[in-house]
Amino acid sequence: MGRQQRPIVIAAVSAVIAIAIGIVISYAIHWFPAQASTQAKESDTLYHVLVIASIPIFVIVVSVILYSVWQFHMKPGEELKDGPPIHGNTRLEVFWTAIPTVLLLGLVGYSFVVLRNNEKKPAHEIQIGVTGQQFAWSYQYPPSVTGGAAVNSNQLYVPKGTSVDFAMRSNDVIHAFWIPAFRLQEDVVPGITTHWRTTPTLTGDYPVVCNLLCGLGHSLMRSTVHVVPEAQFKAWIASQLSASSGGSTSGGASG
Amino acid sequence: MAARFRAPGFYRAALMMLGGVLFATALTWIVRMATGHATFHHYLSPDAILTVSLIAVPLAFLVGIGGFDYWFYWAAGRATRPEDHSSHGASSWKDYFRINTDHKVIGVQYTVNSFFFLLVGGLIAMLMRAQLAQPGSHFVDGNTFNGLFSVHASLLIFLFIIPVFAGLGNFVIPLMIGAPDMAFPRLNALSFWLLPVAGLMMLGSFFAPGGAFADGWTAYAPLSVNAPIGQTFFALGVQFAGASSIMTALNFLVTIITMRAPGMSFFRMPLLVWANFATSLLVVIATPFIAASQFFVLLDRALGFNFFNAAKGGDVLMYQHVFWFYSHPAVYIMMLPGFGIISEVIAVKARKPIFGYRMMAFSLLAIVGLGFTVWAHHMFTSGMAAWIRIPMAITTAVIAVPTGIKIFSWLATLWRGVLHLDTAMLFALGFLTTFTLGGISGVMLAMVPFDIHVSATYFIVAHIHYVLFGGSLMTIYAGVYYWFPKMTGRMYDERLGKWHFWTTFVFFNLTFGPMHILGLQGMPRRVSTYASQFADLNLFISIASFGLGLSTLLFIYNIITSWRGGPRAVGNPWRALTLEWQVSSPPPVFNFDRVPTVVGGPYEYGVPGAVHGIFAPAPSPTVADAGAGVVHAPSQ
Repeated sequence: MGRQQRPIVIAAVSAVIAIAIGIVISYAIHWFPAQASTQAKESDTLYHVLVIASIPIFVIVVSVILYSVWQFHMKPGEELKDGPPIHGNTRLEVFWTAIPTVLLLGLVGYSFVVLRNNEKKPAHEIQIGVTGQQFAWSYQYPPSVTGGAAVNSNQLYVPKGTSVDFAMRSNDVIHAFWIPAFRLQEDVVPGITTHWRTTPTLTGDYPVVCNLLCGLGHSLMRSTVHVVPEAQFKAWIASQLSASSGGSTSGGASG
Repeated sequence: MAARFRAPGFYRAALMMLGGVLFATALTWIVRMATGHATFHHYLSPDAILTVSLIAVPLAFLVGIGGFDYWFYWAAGRATRPEDHSSHGASSWKDYFRINTDHKVIGVQYTVNSFFFLLVGGLIAMLMRAQLAQPGSHFVDGNTFNGLFSVHASLLIFLFIIPVFAGLGNFVIPLMIGAPDMAFPRLNALSFWLLPVAGLMMLGSFFAPGGAFADGWTAYAPLSVNAPIGQTFFALGVQFAGASSIMTALNFLVTIITMRAPGMSFFRMPLLVWANFATSLLVVIATPFIAASQFFVLLDRALGFNFFNAAKGGDVLMYQHVFWFYSHPAVYIMMLPGFGIISEVIAVKARKPIFGYRMMAFSLLAIVGLGFTVWAHHMFTSGMAAWIRIPMAITTAVIAVPTGIKIFSWLATLWRGVLHLDTAMLFALGFLTTFTLGGISGVMLAMVPFDIHVSATYFIVAHIHYVLFGGSLMTIYAGVYYWFPKMTGRMYDERLGKWHFWTTFVFFNLTFGPMHILGLQGMPRRVSTYASQFADLNLFISIASFGLGLSTLLFIYNIITSWRGGPRAVGNPWRALTLEWQVSSPPPVFNFDRVPTVVGGPYEYGVPGAVHGIFAPAPSPTVADAGAGVVHAPSQ
């Protein structure tokens, strides 16, 4: 190893260490809220793959900058000196065109696989209606779900382990129905019905957020999704049915 | 006195604007009477008068200030003043407040006007961060907050980034290509005066009944259709800013195509000229689409056209397609000129030719082409047909390739150079870092399942600021420091400039870095309050943002004091080869006392005896050929 090559070895080793540290840190950070659906699992894996692919690129760019600043900054006496007149290098340029193209197309191809898995229609699924209205959500449980009359509620209960298809409509402007714990959202658009489907995997209460500016009360257009075991879901539906036959159509206390 | 009101200027403009209000009142009154609005109360609808006034008054102002004088004289068959360039140059600060056809004066007008709106937009951001320092705070009310972020984005996009690039280009490009001025000096003057009009309209919306437009800069219908009258200020303000963009872009295209100095072939143009050429193509093709989107909203609002009323057969998603067909290319309109600036700065400050010049030029054109094929990646969660996501995701990923080529070529240009780490260079290197992060998060957003989670969250806020602040604004600072001696004839304070860079760079990352995590964690954007779990990070971001705001004061102080009393600048303080540095600082009124002849590439640093342009008669063909041979010599 020549003396001239020492700095570049130091830089290369530092870059490799930085990449390793970056990847370790990317696993240590809690990026996401609870992972409460099959879709969330797939989507989070995709995110980690993207981060791991990105770290070396960023580290290489920064390493070259820092190395250039370290080694090539103007030293005293070089005020009138120019660098070597290198105009290009076709091989290098082909390399840094082709490699990113392959990498990007590979990643986008993988993302399509995730997308297909996440949107695949399962053999059995239930449908729940979602209605957005300035500035509250309401949920419609059709007879196919309730086994009786349709239930309209401002509470969202979903059974754990069952695929749910949300059919979303808006009464006024565009909203976006987003459940961060499921990693899924879609706009709720006046005039059309939009959909997304999820299979909840973790019982608990998670935020439902309106994620598209819908007016003055947008900031507070939040709700909660209760992921509960199948039996508890049935019991809640039954309580709603009896409540509505008792005269109330809106069902459930707010919250 | 009467002469004052007849001569072009602010007096005549004020008079004309008064006439504009009267015209608007009379017109709406007559039309409303004629169309059967029965009661007297309804003859005079404030909203109708205001809407028509917002068209009539700005036009009246432009007539009054003198933007149309020449064409009116010509159309009326009266004697026109021949273009003797008598209004060229500025001898006092007052000359910057009148119609002026000198591209150098217009360039300064553009730039200073843009920075005024940067400060206003930045102050608005400070108010927003004050509100967001704690959840549930009442620093401002909800409607005001929605107005603040809408006006913040609109000002910084339409009145800062887009025009400041046009301003720097206006000053520099004719000099760079060896032209005495822009191709259409009067159009150039008019295009400037449209900008303060648009900016004051957007700012003025805060005084409108019901408050400022509060539906985001995206102004999605149908929310914007039913919003208070402030929304009309946006819908029409955008028309004036957009008209200005189109005029300047046409001017750039014609200037660059037809007014290059002898010997300046396309592949001898500096990359800033290439960048503005590419940007102008985008502007001319794309800008009519945002004009259309806002006219749709305006017609819905004012006249009940029901373009976006689903109950009457309107199509809500159509708004987003038309809007983003402009607004995605607009991201490149806000970035390509910055790429050009970085190429100039890095070549000169690293004392090396740009690595892969031709690929740098072609990648700009690739971005122009691809830029029109990615718009629906803003709509992955919009409810549009699902299949559209697939091609748009692919093109979005692929458009990172030409951008990557540029980043790698800049890095290769640094390699083995002699790096002058002054303020402009620091901003260029800072740009490479932060813009790479913005580019990486952009590629991540092309991945549909990931985008479905973070679309419209703080992750997007982080991404767009890494691109537009960490990207565009860093390049703008680099460009302003780089050309400051040329524009003002003074040197800036290098020490303050470096302080400005480091404070900006550090506080920028502290402010916008954590926003990625907020978005992933589930915080939506455009909210005036948020769940308590986000409180700590938001407080941190707010404090960092105040530091970022204060760092701007260093810049302002440096610029003002240096402009007033900095050391005199020599013609070519950076020992650059491009033509703008071969004339005095500031340049003579007509740029070049003798027309330059271009005999080589613009970045031949390190080539012994290389020159880009000469002011003597062209050398014999054999010498010129030898020079051209050096330009394209392959490296070993």
